[in-house]
Amino acid sequence: MNSLRRHLAVLRASTRLSLLIAMQYRWEFMLDGFFSLFWTATAVIPLWFVFEEREVIAGWRYGEALLVIGWFTVLQGLLKGAINPSLTTVIEQIRTGTLDFVLLKPADAQFLVSTARFRPWQLTALVGAGAVFGYGFWILERSPTLSGVLQSLVMLGAAVITLYSVWILVICVAFRAVRVDNLRYLFEAVFEAGRWPSTVFKGLLSFLFTFVIPLALMTTYPAEALMERLPLERFVGGWAGALAFALFARFVWSRSIASYTSASS
Amino acid sequence: MRTLRTLPALFKLGLANAMAYRAELLIWIFTSTMPLILLPVWHAVAEEAPLRGFSQSRFTAYFLAGFIIRQMVGNWASWTINYEVRTGSLNRRLLRPIHPLWSYATESLASIPLRSALAFPIAVLLIALTGMSQLADSTLAWLIAPLAILGSWAIGFFAHVAIGALSLWIHQSIKVVDVWLAGFYVFSGYLIPVTLFPGWLRDLSWALPFPYMHGFPIDLVTGALTDAEALGMLGAQWAWVLVLGVVAVAMFQRGLRRYGAFGG
Repeated sequence: MNSLRRHLAVLRASTRLSLLIAMQYRWEFMLDGFFSLFWTATAVIPLWFVFEEREVIAGWRYGEALLVIGWFTVLQGLLKGAINPSLTTVIEQIRTGTLDFVLLKPADAQFLVSTARFRPWQLTALVGAGAVFGYGFWILERSPTLSGVLQSLVMLGAAVITLYSVWILVICVAFRAVRVDNLRYLFEAVFEAGRWPSTVFKGLLSFLFTFVIPLALMTTYPAEALMERLPLERFVGGWAGALAFALFARFVWSRSIASYTSASS
Repeated sequence: MRTLRTLPALFKLGLANAMAYRAELLIWIFTSTMPLILLPVWHAVAEEAPLRGFSQSRFTAYFLAGFIIRQMVGNWASWTINYEVRTGSLNRRLLRPIHPLWSYATESLASIPLRSALAFPIAVLLIALTGMSQLADSTLAWLIAPLAILGSWAIGFFAHVAIGALSLWIHQSIKVVDVWLAGFYVFSGYLIPVTLFPGWLRDLSWALPFPYMHGFPIDLVTGALTDAEALGMLGAQWAWVLVLGVVAVAMFQRGLRRYGAFGG
């Protein structure tokens, strides 16, 4: 209980610090906001092109595929706002050896590195996502149901856990191969595939994006849940997968920390 | 003259660097897998009937060729320059008796052999999947292909140098790189072949440098161009190289005069 309270206090302090830093760079807010809207638009353009030519692709109509983009945008905002800044910080710390100071602190190291830095301005991504959802439902000529929204939020929980776990695994790579400041770009590049409904991918890629990097779970499942057509077994399977991923990430993390020999020693 | 004599050594240095950080190089290669991810999407689109002349196998040839070309023309000078301006390590480069732009260029060019070696299996795969039918059968196309790929690299390199040099005025120009990359994604044919764009967007794209970095070399090796078209585009491409080269060198020189070095 005491430990939980202490961790919450740490979280509060680091959020406050990130907010203060963000307030200092207000022009960055404009740029970040502009870019997140721009990237949302670039996410929609290929889709629009493709559906200009065909009514249905891999079992998805235009409006339905837009909902996938909506969740993709939400998760991308999360990735850029909460995950990437910390990732960059940790990798720098591993390279320079200052991670030692983090490990010495009397709090869980995984928690500390995960909450090192936020970029609150990335919340503007939610505006873009909202617009995409609105557009999608307008094309579908219906409105979201309460039960659909609730179902998709439950699925979003599993998606966030999975995204976070993949990210912890990426950091563990940084322990082994040191000069990997570009891991961030790798992560973003693979994540790009999440903007398409998972049924588009076949064979090896389908396997890869369902089990190894579960993009299907992150964007396609929540979109299907929003339309109330996600079968129960996928719900359970999705959550089981997310929890398994989290446990695996935690395990690899503890192993990596145990074998970590700072830069100086 | 001295510069010319130093270049092979610099090139060897870059090669050794690329070998030493091969894990990093591999990661870079994975970051440019977007064409491979898009391939199944376009396959799904062209499943029943070809899309305006693009059959499934033409899409395969287009995106695999795109992937290979992208491997060979990688550039990252703007990030390096930004980093070196911020930390002051640009000093070391300036002390050397050779212009820094040469060392940036050789660093990037030296990674091409290793990158090509990694792209080679993909090229074999490409031929295995589509046969020779999707590749250019004109001798001229293959003769000028190396020039077109070098031109594509040079456009990217000079743009990176120009943007990197901006950091001498505005401290950090990483966001400007993002703008350049965004332009590349939209207009170059990286995500959608430029030929499939609606007319007005196609015209706009060809007025920009981006399709000369990506769409043009692909069209060249996949035989989508007549010899006359190919030569015309090669000319346009090298005109962009020239323009961007002059801008980049001028900006770098002027920017250096403002450079005060870290702590100096």
